[in-house]
This record gives sequence, structure tokens and C-alpha cells, in this order.
Amino acid sequence: MLRLDGVVKQFGAKRAVDGISLGVPSGQFVGVIGQSGSGKSTLLRMINRLGDPTGGVIRFGDVDVTALKGRALRQWRARCAMIFQQFNLAGRLDVLTNVLMGRAFHAPAWRAVLKLWTDEEKAMGLSALESLDIARLAGQRADTLSGGQQQRVAIARALIQEPEIILADEPIASLDPRNTQVVMDALQHINRHFGITVICNLHSLDLARKYCDRLVGLAAGRLVFDGAPAALTDHVARDLYGLESADVIGPASAPGFVPGAQPGLALAGS
Amino acid sequence: MLLAALLVAIALSSVAAEVSPSLFWAKIGNFTGYFGRLLHLDSGALVFSDPVEWFWGIGRWLRLLGETLVMAYVGTVLGAIGAFFLAFLAAANVTPNRWLSMAVRRFCEFCRTVPGLVFALMFVIAFGLGPMAGVLAVAIHSLGTLGKLFSEVVENIDMKPVEGVSSTGAPWHVAMRFGALPQVSSSFVSYALLRFEINVRESAVLGFVGAGGIGMDLFEAIRKFYYSDVSAILVMIVVTVALIDILTGMIRHRLIDLVEKH
Repeated sequence: MLRLDGVVKQFGAKRAVDGISLGVPSGQFVGVIGQSGSGKSTLLRMINRLGDPTGGVIRFGDVDVTALKGRALRQWRARCAMIFQQFNLAGRLDVLTNVLMGRAFHAPAWRAVLKLWTDEEKAMGLSALESLDIARLAGQRADTLSGGQQQRVAIARALIQEPEIILADEPIASLDPRNTQVVMDALQHINRHFGITVICNLHSLDLARKYCDRLVGLAAGRLVFDGAPAALTDHVARDLYGLESADVIGPASAPGFVPGAQPGLALAGS
Repeated sequence: MLLAALLVAIALSSVAAEVSPSLFWAKIGNFTGYFGRLLHLDSGALVFSDPVEWFWGIGRWLRLLGETLVMAYVGTVLGAIGAFFLAFLAAANVTPNRWLSMAVRRFCEFCRTVPGLVFALMFVIAFGLGPMAGVLAVAIHSLGTLGKLFSEVVENIDMKPVEGVSSTGAPWHVAMRFGALPQVSSSFVSYALLRFEINVRESAVLGFVGAGGIGMDLFEAIRKFYYSDVSAILVMIVVTVALIDILTGMIRHRLIDLVEKH
């Protein structure tokens, strides 16, 4: 169980995240929705501790995540993998090396620095790539891959961390509709078959409704909605998205729209 | 108006610095006269008339020139290795500690602000005459300049890969190795080659204080008024520096091409 208790992130005079309290039971697929700038990314980055909260407490089980330092902090990061909007791969390195970064906490540092991966580690990396259908790309430079392929490499990197939580920060915002579906399906598969908790920032309400067990809505850094996807009516969504609501809700209410058939549609312009 | 102000400023500063045009005109003859003597052998003939006599010491000078090149090379390599490690500590975007970054920056500043000749002189006093002092002087100066240049390269990298690696729980040096290093390695090599070019020129002078290399013979020839020897050694230095410039320039451009193609 991941617990956030009154978490605050202050940037100068602005509160990006303003006192969020939230409990996420293990194995849930949580979608975090809200306008751009509502604090979704900041919240996720604080959970992985890429950003430090200025107030409040984050706990996982009996670990106080906010107080971790040094090796214990790195261990937490290994348990709580992160997937980014821009993939954040080392573009000039090959795909397998990028994936093996997921073992960088577990392997001794000197071995990682010299790229002396064991056969077991390499097999782990390859099988993660295989499960995402891109094992044939293992030897290629990461920046020669398409966006969808790069995001799958990033997911493979997260998988071999053997994490308990995967945090996905707008994982499909840079992808086309087909790759959007591939990546979201992969996250769903990981959630259902390995029981890994997924917390996923999404801009598109259609996707959020289709994939998530539970939705959390943020507006101006505050938690304004928390419930099942069915409870998120268009009325609530309009409040949540304000001026952006036409972008986000429009296509879903258009006649003849089949949910999931064009999963990336609402992303246009985002 | 601006031009007038500029002229006044030049006039004022030349008075302050005791740079007087009249002295320049009165004494310029000495300089050209010296230059003329450089081009004559002891016999009075022009140096070009007897190249064998002009370059009578070519064996010894080539050996000393080789020593100068080795000093520059070893000094650059040592300095670059040190700068490589310091750069990641100094760069504001990746430094593990803000105070450490500050300390490393000041250290590099010190290393490059104290003139190489001063270091050379101090090392000659410590380790005696010879190339060892020169190598250390070149290494320290290169550490200072390359440390700054390298850290600026690191400060310009894309942080996303570093963040990606760090987010997995990788320790700092693993994040540097895989997130930052692939982005900076070609620039590091390019800057180190440029530094080598400069160091070849600088090491030629280090011999003036006894720190090894061709500079020792050059200084001796100047002080003892062996005019044709001075010109012969200068010609050899100029040719060598030009060759090194062309060579490293070629390597650097190929490196840049490589980076741009991929």
C-alpha cells in the first residue's frame, strides 16, 4: 500500500502540488488525470523521489519514502520504476544496454560501469524485450527506434527492475494512436499478470476510462476527484478540465464513436 | 564621437603604460637589426646559402623537439584524465554536492590562472632540471582549462537520459557513465586535442626555466647570441607546431563529422 499524506511541492511562490492525500492498494491501475500544469508530473516524480516534496509524507508499507537517503533511496527507486513521456533513454547506447540499466541497482556498480553484465542479466533484459515484441532490436542504437519502440524499451527497463510499482508519466503523449494502444496494453498486461501497481498520468479521458481501475483527478495541485471511472461524469470532467474540456471530452460524446477503436484521438493537440 | 573617445582612451592608456611611439620609432631599428643578424651565419653569409651549416645541430635539436612533444603529450593526457573526473563533480547540473562543485571550480580556476611558467619554475626547484617539471606544469595547466571546458560540455547535455538511469536506482557514477558520458565523449576528445595543440607551443617555452625540451637550447642560443642557432630552432618549432595543428585539426574535423552523421 502506497500512502500519500498531505504532500506539498512548492516552486517559489507557486504550489504545484497542494496537500494531496491518497492511498493506493497494491495491484491497482490508477489513472491520474487533469489539465496540463495541474501537478500530475510533479506528483509522480515525488513518489520516485526525482523531486523532493516540500511538505507531507509518502509511505510505502512501513517505509517512509520521504526520509530515504543514499542506498536506501536508490533501493526505493529500484522498487518503484518510472516511465517518462520522452522515454529518457540514452539515445547513443544500444537497446539492450538501456534495458540493463534496470539492473543497475542490483548489480555491483563496478560491474555496471564496465558493462560486465552476467548472462543471467542479459537473458533477463532480452526476455523483457521479447515480451514486448522488440527483442530483434536489442543491438540497435536506441535513437534509431520509433517513439513507440523507444517507449517499449523504457518499459522493458522498468520491468527488469522487478518493481512493485510502475509510475508512468504521460507515457503515450508523444505517440501515435497505434503505438498508444500497444504501450497502454503493455502496461495493462504488466498490471494484470504480474500484479504490479501502475500509476499512470494521462491526458486523455477515453484512455483513462478504458484502462484504469480508479481515477484520480487533479486541478491546480489539489485532489478534486477520486473514484471509479464510471463515476467520472462529463459534468465532473468539464469542471476538471475547464477550457481544455472540449479537447478531452469532445470525441467521446461524438455519435458513432467506439471507445478504444482510436485510442489516441483525444491526444490531438496535447 | 565614439571613435574620438576610443582614441583618447588609447592615448591615455599608452601614457599610463609607458608605451611611447617615439621610443618605438627610435628603437625599431634594433629589432630589425636583430632579425637581420638571425639570418646570417657566423661567417657573415646568409643562412639560406648553407643549410647544412645553419642546421648543424639538427640531431640534438630533433631529440629535444621530440622531448617537447612528449612533454606536451604526457601533460595533456594526465591533465585530461584529471579533468574528465573533475568535470562531472563541477558541472552544476549533475554535481553530487553543490559545495564540492564550488570547490572543484575554484581549484580548476587556480590551476589555469597561475601561468604555466610559474608552475614549471616551482617544479624545477622541487624535482630538478628536466622534462619531469615540464610535464607536471603542462598537466596542471591542462587540468585547469580542460576541467572548465569539460564541465561546460556536461552542463549542456540533455538531462533526460541521466534522469532515466537515475530513476532505476542506479548510483551516481553509473548514471554519469550511461546517461551523460555518451553525450560528451566526442567533445571531450576534441577539446583535449585542441589543448594538445596549445600545449605543444607552450612546452617549447617551458625550457626557458629549465623544465626540459627544445626551449632550453633556444634560451641558451638567445642569451649567448648564437644568432643562426636561434633562427634554426625557431624554424623547427614553427614547422612542428604547424604540422601538429594540421594533424589534430584533421582528426577533430573527422570527429565532428562522425558526431553529426550519427
